Amino acid sequence: MITPITPIMTFGKYLRLMGKVFSRPERVRMYFKQYINEMVKLGYDSIGIVLLISFFIGAVICIQIKLNIQSPWMPRMVVGYTTREIMLLEFSSSIMCLILSGKVGSNIASEIGTMRVTQQIDALDIMGVNSASYLILPKILGLMTMIPLLVTFSIGAGIFGAFCTAWFGGIMTASDLEYGLQYSFVEWYIWCGFIKSLFFAFIIASVSAYFGYTVEGGSIAVGKASTDSVVSSSVLILFSDLILTQLLMG
Amino acid sequence: MIQINALHKSFEGRTVLNDINFTFDNGKTNLIIGQSGSGKTVLMKCLVGLFTPEQGEVLYDDRNLISMGKKEKQALRREMGMIFQSAALFDSLTVLENVMFPLDMFSNMTNRERIRRAQFCLDRVNLTDAQDKYPGEISGGMQKRVAIARAIVLQPKYLFCDEPNSGLDPKTSLVIDELIHDITTEYNMTTVINTHDMNSVLGIGDSILYIYQGHKEWEGTKNDVFSATNQRLTDFIFASDLLKEVKSIKSC
Repeated sequence: MITPITPIMTFGKYLRLMGKVFSRPERVRMYFKQYINEMVKLGYDSIGIVLLISFFIGAVICIQIKLNIQSPWMPRMVVGYTTREIMLLEFSSSIMCLILSGKVGSNIASEIGTMRVTQQIDALDIMGVNSASYLILPKILGLMTMIPLLVTFSIGAGIFGAFCTAWFGGIMTASDLEYGLQYSFVEWYIWCGFIKSLFFAFIIASVSAYFGYTVEGGSIAVGKASTDSVVSSSVLILFSDLILTQLLMG
Repeated sequence: MIQINALHKSFEGRTVLNDINFTFDNGKTNLIIGQSGSGKTVLMKCLVGLFTPEQGEVLYDDRNLISMGKKEKQALRREMGMIFQSAALFDSLTVLENVMFPLDMFSNMTNRERIRRAQFCLDRVNLTDAQDKYPGEISGGMQKRVAIARAIVLQPKYLFCDEPNSGLDPKTSLVIDELIHDITTEYNMTTVINTHDMNSVLGIGDSILYIYQGHKEWEGTKNDVFSATNQRLTDFIFASDLLKEVKSIKSC
């Protein structure tokens, strides 16, 4: 039963788990091996979907801006300028992380949840391994390491998508788009995207791991944990996006 | 030797274990038996420290697990091996990597020494050929044997087995029982087995603790079982017609 105190208790349990996660590793070599594995599994294996989605979103943004905003009163560079700002400031950091919370978050929650219900976590505990740290810390660090790379790929693919609409769609000239993309460029916006994405990566990995690690029951509980992790991390990403945007841009 | 004194555990006001006293001897296979829901698994989890009892002591060669500090507990856990009901092998690792895992984590051996030690343990459970397979590619009986190899790879002083025969055919169950019994004698370990397999009770029960509704109902050895007068114990052990017949033949 959910009571008003439940979210506070959940947050308390989450903090306690994070306390266990950020403790000294028993054997750094083993953790490093896990860290490399997680970078591949959570980051490298997500490059394809990031490129695909970003390419099409970049192209669609470009078409939408062209069709809906541009008029004889607007400069021709507006399409490129707006596409760049949307990709840099929101899509490649925040929206991409929302999408990744579905892919990566559910993967983390179901993997750790299954390990819980099949007693693999108990086996680690009985061996004397800090199971929370061994399983969760490499995931958090692995995703936080890879996320700036994914953001970079997302920005690149989005802009390439926009260029494709100019080259193959013929809705505007590539030189107008290029001029808009370069117009009034602020380097800090790229760093804002990276900083926000690091926070979001932490949220995705740690919240999903919390839901997986605290599973009680069987396969239905694992499925529920997976769904809860995606919903919770998405809400937290949106909420922290609001705060971070105000802090970084305000 | 593991000694439990006046152990008491409850969940949300419901008593699951009440005043349990017992000594699990060294070099013997000590069995905890009882019906489903009698508290066997809770007792096992209290023994290995996954649950903390409200009252009582769990003494590992006079070291009290309950009052131990975190570091002492970690050190003690390295003297333990456990075989879970579901084998609990790591899905992402091969059989050899599963067995090597405790060595990778806690030993200072070279890579070659670790591989050699893991292969020795796999050879001990007759599984050398399966070392490159993943847990999902081998049978339940083989998974249990891998779990045994992983449990003994650090040469533990205490071995815990939670229903090691569940889900296995009678022949494979016998193989697992004999393996656990042989290893216990070979390494002079204190082995605690949680089971409701009567073949195990009558086959390898050097010392038996019968739990009934959370309290100790009876203790003895496999030989004492046939002469036991405790009605609850005899009803539990000789529930099947076959075992009733065995008992009557033994009594004659």
